[in-house]
Amino acid sequence: MNSPLNLKMILGLLAAVVIGGCERPPMETQQTGYRGTGMDQITNPRLAVELPAIPEAPPPMSQEGPRAGDLLENVQVLGDLSITEFTRTMTAITAWVSPEEGCNYCHVPTDLASDELYTKVVSRRMLQMTRDLANNYGNHVGQTGVTCYTCHRGQPVPAAIWFADNSEAGASAFAGNRNGQNLPAESVAYAALPSDPFSTLLTAAGDTDPIRVLSTDYTPSDGGATIQSTEKTYGLMMHMSQALGVNCTFCHQTASFGDWKDSTPQRTTAYHGIGMVQHLNQEYLDPLVSVFPANRLGSAGDAPKVNCETCHGGLNKPLNGAQMAGEFPAFQAQ
Amino acid sequence: MATYQNIFTQVQIRGPAHHGTPLKGGMWGTRSGTPVMSYWLGKIGDAQVGPIYLGGLGVASLICGFIAIEIIGLNMWASVGWDPVQFVRLLPWLALEPPSPEYGLSIPPLNEGGWWLMAGFFLTASILLWWARMYRRARALGMGTHVAWAFAAAIWLYLVLGFIRPLLMGSWGEAVPFGIFPHLDWTAAFSIRYGNLFYNPFHMLSIAFLYGSALLFAMHGATILATDRFGSHREVEQIVDRGTAAERGALFWRWTMGFNATMESIHRWAWWFAVLCPLTGGIGILITGTVVDNWYLWGLDHGLVPPYPDSGAGGDPALMGAVSK
Repeated sequence: MNSPLNLKMILGLLAAVVIGGCERPPMETQQTGYRGTGMDQITNPRLAVELPAIPEAPPPMSQEGPRAGDLLENVQVLGDLSITEFTRTMTAITAWVSPEEGCNYCHVPTDLASDELYTKVVSRRMLQMTRDLANNYGNHVGQTGVTCYTCHRGQPVPAAIWFADNSEAGASAFAGNRNGQNLPAESVAYAALPSDPFSTLLTAAGDTDPIRVLSTDYTPSDGGATIQSTEKTYGLMMHMSQALGVNCTFCHQTASFGDWKDSTPQRTTAYHGIGMVQHLNQEYLDPLVSVFPANRLGSAGDAPKVNCETCHGGLNKPLNGAQMAGEFPAFQAQ
Repeated sequence: MATYQNIFTQVQIRGPAHHGTPLKGGMWGTRSGTPVMSYWLGKIGDAQVGPIYLGGLGVASLICGFIAIEIIGLNMWASVGWDPVQFVRLLPWLALEPPSPEYGLSIPPLNEGGWWLMAGFFLTASILLWWARMYRRARALGMGTHVAWAFAAAIWLYLVLGFIRPLLMGSWGEAVPFGIFPHLDWTAAFSIRYGNLFYNPFHMLSIAFLYGSALLFAMHGATILATDRFGSHREVEQIVDRGTAAERGALFWRWTMGFNATMESIHRWAWWFAVLCPLTGGIGILITGTVVDNWYLWGLDHGLVPPYPDSGAGGDPALMGAVSK
């Protein structure tokens, strides 16, 4: 008579294992589109991203008086700021990027103008990058803008960066080729999809074509996307969904992922974001490969690069839309 | 007296083991193994296990199947550096991938998809040999070959996915990887690439036959069990000699839905629904990418897609001269 009991226990255990992988209800749901189209956002309030307190901006300073570029040596980007605003901005940047390491993370204490430390060279390029964002990417960053803190959040190296996937280099040439996929990769939300969709899709500036896999005509033509390139796009979309903490339906109506008429305005914003990230990686991050020391490079010897998660960090608006750039002339459109 | 008023099997016949009808000679002309009775197997099927007849086709099929599983499994194991723990832990993610699209229909190096081609060849050989075995065993018993043809319908879908459609598309890379999650990702990617497979009419038919099969199976099983006390377990005899069980079952369905199958036709319904599921599904896959490249747009053009209000994206930014710089 023992066996039926054991069977029940085994079944109970199995059920516990299966259900143990689930998130417990209730979820919060919000309808975001026309009825019957499944346009809604489902969020688990217990998994909300907890943001650490955003550093308070230093008190406002005078924008009058001599320019920093006239008084200091080797100020290549922020020279148009007043000397007081310049000092204020430097203080803020230190709090955002290297709060523990301080000014000396980038500056030689005895000669603040020196470019001896690689970190200073990188910082300058990053300031040029944020200025480029403020001036040219209003279609993605809107009025919120971008500061160092958007990505760095108190860390000299932002938490979410990516390198080219080099994990299969040197693997057996005889068997076991994964073709860049088929492991639970965090980058694609633990799907078995290609774990590095970024190298091909987030580096070619201004050319979003490889991401588009759907035909615009239902008659087949030569050169259509292959299933394997579709899996890359799929992987990138999984990344975006995870990086923004949203479902597919945040941007797409699933009757047709490709159709723009049925897509939400957020998809247009995301479209410009993809172009932006491609531009940033190609113009700013990739070329820094010669500046970074070896320990900052990836296993393929490439520079650290950005993707959606670098700024978004699990939120559809980075830092929940905190308007930090507005307090600093250095980070506003010129 | 046995009762059938229970959803689980209540009856286990225990008598002298049945060794089967005599076999006609041949090299493999004996059945092997002494029959045993299993109480637990008797709970879900017949308690008698064995003797087993493999025959030449069965042995060849098992060998081919074994080779295919070995190629797939060892490649999966190699992909985690021959780590046995990782092999078990990551098994659902692991796969043997088809060649990259660059190789087209050529034969790629072993580790670039050659293993996949080889595994596919042996798996296909194994399946086809098993089909021939089913056909031959049915004939040997003097049966019809309905089971073999139903199996052939499933093989059709398998061949379309892994062989016929890749041939028509000119690339092995279009085929399905051998792996648990990877083949599911392939399926989702396939639907994404071709503009939502749900707008493919043959996919619709296939789903209808799939769900229909489940429904018919439940209806028929329930009807027979429910009328067994009146003799419905003699359902085959009642095809031509309708008894009270068949009449009550028929009356029940006429009362509830106005129409009923017969003891014969219900089995034809079930067989056709099951067979049409992979048959129509295979047609749907075959014409995707070869005849129709975007099912959503096809659906729009053919009045299949309901019009929804514009949801505000404002059109394709790539077509509106909006340069993202």
